[in-house]
Amino acid sequence: MQFSENWLRTFVNPPLDTQALSHALTMTGLEVEDLVPVAPVFEKIVVGEIVSAVKHPDADRLQVCQVNVGTAVLQIVCGASNARAGLKAPCALVGAELPGISIKQAKVRGVESSGMMCSSKELGLAAEATGLLELPADAPVGADIRDYLDLNDALITLKLTPNRADCLSILGIARDVVAMTGAPLSVPTPQPAHVTSEKSVAVQVQATDACPAYYGRVITQVNAQVKSPDWMVRRLERSGIRSISALVDITNYVLLELGQPMHAFDLDKLQGTVSVRFAQSGEQLQLLNGNTVELATDDLVIADSSGAIALAGIMGGEPTSVTDTTTAIFLESAFFTPDAIAGKARRIGLSTDSSYRFERGVDFGNTADALERATELVLSICGGQAGTVTQSVATLPVRNQVRLRYARLQSVLGIDIPYATVGQLLTQLGFVFTELDQVFSVQAPTYRFDIAREEDLIEEIARLYGYDKIPAITPHANLAMLEQSERRLNVAALRDAMQSQGYQEVVTYSFVEEAWERDLLGNASPIPLKNPIASNMSVMRSGLWGGLLDVLSYNLNRKQDRALLFEVGSSYHAAVQGYSEQQKLAGLFYGDFQPEQWAAGKREVDFYDVKATVDMLTKQQAEYRVETHAALHPGQTARIYINGQAQGWFGKLHPKWQQHYNLPKATFLFELNVEALLSSTVPTYQEVSKFLGVRRDIAVIVDATVQVEAIVQAVKSAQIPLLQQIQLFDVYQGKGIAENKKSLAFLVLIQDTHKTLVDTEAEAAMAKLLKILENQFGAELRN
Amino acid sequence: MSDLNHLIAEAQTDFIACDALPALENAKAKYLGKTGLLTDALKGLGKLSAEERPAAGAAINVVKQAIEQALNARREAILDAAQAQQLANESLDITLPARAQSRGGLHPVTLTLQRIEQLFHSIGFDVANGPEIETDFYNFTALNIPENHPARAMHDTFYVDESHVLRTHTSPVQVHYMQNQQPPLKIIAPGRVYRVDSDATHSPMFHQVEGLWVDEDISFANLKGVVQDFLQKFFERDDLTVRFRPSFFPFTEPSAEMDMSWNGSWLEIGGCGMVHPEVFKHVNIDSEQYRGFAFGLGVERLAMLRYGVNDLRHFFNNDLRFLQQFIK
Repeated sequence: MQFSENWLRTFVNPPLDTQALSHALTMTGLEVEDLVPVAPVFEKIVVGEIVSAVKHPDADRLQVCQVNVGTAVLQIVCGASNARAGLKAPCALVGAELPGISIKQAKVRGVESSGMMCSSKELGLAAEATGLLELPADAPVGADIRDYLDLNDALITLKLTPNRADCLSILGIARDVVAMTGAPLSVPTPQPAHVTSEKSVAVQVQATDACPAYYGRVITQVNAQVKSPDWMVRRLERSGIRSISALVDITNYVLLELGQPMHAFDLDKLQGTVSVRFAQSGEQLQLLNGNTVELATDDLVIADSSGAIALAGIMGGEPTSVTDTTTAIFLESAFFTPDAIAGKARRIGLSTDSSYRFERGVDFGNTADALERATELVLSICGGQAGTVTQSVATLPVRNQVRLRYARLQSVLGIDIPYATVGQLLTQLGFVFTELDQVFSVQAPTYRFDIAREEDLIEEIARLYGYDKIPAITPHANLAMLEQSERRLNVAALRDAMQSQGYQEVVTYSFVEEAWERDLLGNASPIPLKNPIASNMSVMRSGLWGGLLDVLSYNLNRKQDRALLFEVGSSYHAAVQGYSEQQKLAGLFYGDFQPEQWAAGKREVDFYDVKATVDMLTKQQAEYRVETHAALHPGQTARIYINGQAQGWFGKLHPKWQQHYNLPKATFLFELNVEALLSSTVPTYQEVSKFLGVRRDIAVIVDATVQVEAIVQAVKSAQIPLLQQIQLFDVYQGKGIAENKKSLAFLVLIQDTHKTLVDTEAEAAMAKLLKILENQFGAELRN
Repeated sequence: MSDLNHLIAEAQTDFIACDALPALENAKAKYLGKTGLLTDALKGLGKLSAEERPAAGAAINVVKQAIEQALNARREAILDAAQAQQLANESLDITLPARAQSRGGLHPVTLTLQRIEQLFHSIGFDVANGPEIETDFYNFTALNIPENHPARAMHDTFYVDESHVLRTHTSPVQVHYMQNQQPPLKIIAPGRVYRVDSDATHSPMFHQVEGLWVDEDISFANLKGVVQDFLQKFFERDDLTVRFRPSFFPFTEPSAEMDMSWNGSWLEIGGCGMVHPEVFKHVNIDSEQYRGFAFGLGVERLAMLRYGVNDLRHFFNNDLRFLQQFIK
């Protein structure tokens, strides 16, 4: 909401300068978003009248003007093409300071010049201008231009919150200034118009719940071609509204002044009686903006016998709109309830000054006065004969008594506020109230739609009393400790682990390109957004790899050649009811295993390097099963199981995607469910055996396809007595080993925890072990 | 027998000439070996008379001890030299860089969130979470923003379907939490939120921290106290002042915008207020018995101020040259 400070001050004029007024507005909840002076600082510019203008003897484009400035007639050389005898324009006198220009006595091409005629650009009123600013013929010669054009004014823009619809007018803001300062309010109260015409239009309101009050008046013999007065055009412009025609300007002016949206129909274009009803299914209406809309049965319309003629409270129709040739109008001032209007304009892609106000709440106590105010303005500007007012008033909203307990007020705010102050502030707000036992019973005025409960009143008192005066006090509390389970890690511990493994955390968008879901996750039907901000952010991710690969590409394009990335974030999935989210931890490793350095050879990262990180995250509990994944190399893919549950994937990016994403080197990816990584254990002490074990090594040759983990699991499940541990320490293929075979070397720990180990028992354990290897895996002992 | 004394000097000369232990052992044999000169001399004692023998024997022993001493001294010297040589050979340029792994780091948004969590944890706030694809009910209705309320237009909402949105704020977590817990409650709810907006100062995805404290005697003055305390501790500046400005949120009343003094001007850092009775009603908490305050802070805003980051977009470009500045 933008408005002119001077206009506001005609309603209420507190002893505050512009800055102080602005601060007061902001600190009571009407945030001043912008405050700019109408004109820059300058003085000694007056209304000048060009008495004569003759061509400069030595310059084709200059004229030598004699200019009457009231106190003298000055000779001024002027280059503006519209300088001519009889024209009135701003004239800067010698000694005037304009933005970037100092006016001095000067000779222009040999001719004395004692001042400067000005354009609106030179006065800082416009960015561009052609020629002098032409002033009306009745402008008083010699008058200070600042006074004449009302330039000692500021444009104030408020960022109003949705609850303060009452401040969407000069009157409303003025009322709040009264509430915050106690300064007196002066409101123009229009006298009911003298009825001189018998013309009227019958009005039938069918939808009385949606339109509890409707007032209409015919005014005949209006001159629609008359110019709007300068003061009105100026106030409209300073509120950001362009002057269109006198009749339209008047309705806009009343809207700004009183907050009441008005509409003027061309009487000659109306057919029959006017009604207010809900639209019929399929009914169409051509709006003022030229668009034709198809109406729904919950759209409230103004109609005549031909059908809908206006979308009530939103916009009028084109066929019945006033034009230059209009000679009689039907003026409408109505109250449409917020429920009837809310959401309707947005549904057809509109937001108008009218709909904006109606959906937030328009003062239903002012509907008739606003019509009188508009009538008064039409009669004085366009002339005409006013008819009687047609009115339809049903049940208006009721403002209930709202209770405000003084004790509650103090305890909610946490301050001692004087009792008398509460009553005083309620009075300044224009609220009617009674008091009993320190309880105020308050009735809010018709323009306040936001006062329905005690908290609303507490907020009113708090903001007017001043949030600044409420002290900052840290609360007292019962100091019970929070639960801290040792069986559960927090996500921060996982992040720290990743960080210490050399991975850099990234944060990528939750909405991704559809192709990532399809290609990398095999997800043909990801969750789409109805209104994505861009096509590459159109679906919700079901995994984190797309984002990581995107970050990798971004950084490779910026000369990085190595990246260890991780992200912790949600993935999104369709569920039986609605959606489910799973927190994932995903990692990416690209490039050399180690940063380039003197003390280590250069080699690219491989599967087992990254597997170490997965092992670390899963606390060695991961089981790696051979399965296939859309994004991964079929020979280097592992699905990760923890306690028999699939909890993630790990592997090398498939070469076709590596090529697709222009990645020069292999990329390894993993993703794990965070929840599965958070369980931990409380360690339990076990007696340490005092009998030492022995290590035996065994090397066997098996088929190359045999999985080592299968051997380890088989040995463990055989529960060979005294065999405490088996661990692979070498894998060999090549010279000396047949093709399709490999040599595996294991170290075996044999220990009797109850007595000294006897050699023969160790031998027996090793023999059993070998038997398992031979029988289950076709192993041969290697010499 | 006096001719034996010269052996001491000879032996010393021989030993000094040896650079290694094997040579020294050879030289030793010449004097102390089975056929060594001193061994011979000792054997010769038998030819002497009983009277001469003790004196002669003593004299030989003196020489023998002197030679053994010289031998031991030389042996030690050779070992010392060898060790010194080994140490010299093993000395390194200790200024060479270490055998390095990569240095990892956390995202600045994470650092900021962790700092916020730690500070609130220090006065007993628990961390609560909620879904990001949220129902219309939790994101709006339960927060006293009914359908068609103008406040919905303030939110620039991403829609997933008719009844689901990407949460526009972390406030719905309040509702989830209060449905399952009885007061007194102290939580913060950090997380991702979404708005249809993208430019230098707006990202379609960003992070908020919601705070909620519900108890019997909580007041607006307490809200000011906690927020001011937090900001002063977060920025480690006791002189930092916070300004509360009346505002409007459907789920709090009274409501306020929080501005923080920063380099001579006021910066908006979030919204707050006393929990609205309608919200309490949705979660069956008696608003006569309990009151609460809630606040929402913009995490990226705090991160930008804390670390001097000048453009919001840096956080989501994930340029490693940017991210690695936050390695601690």
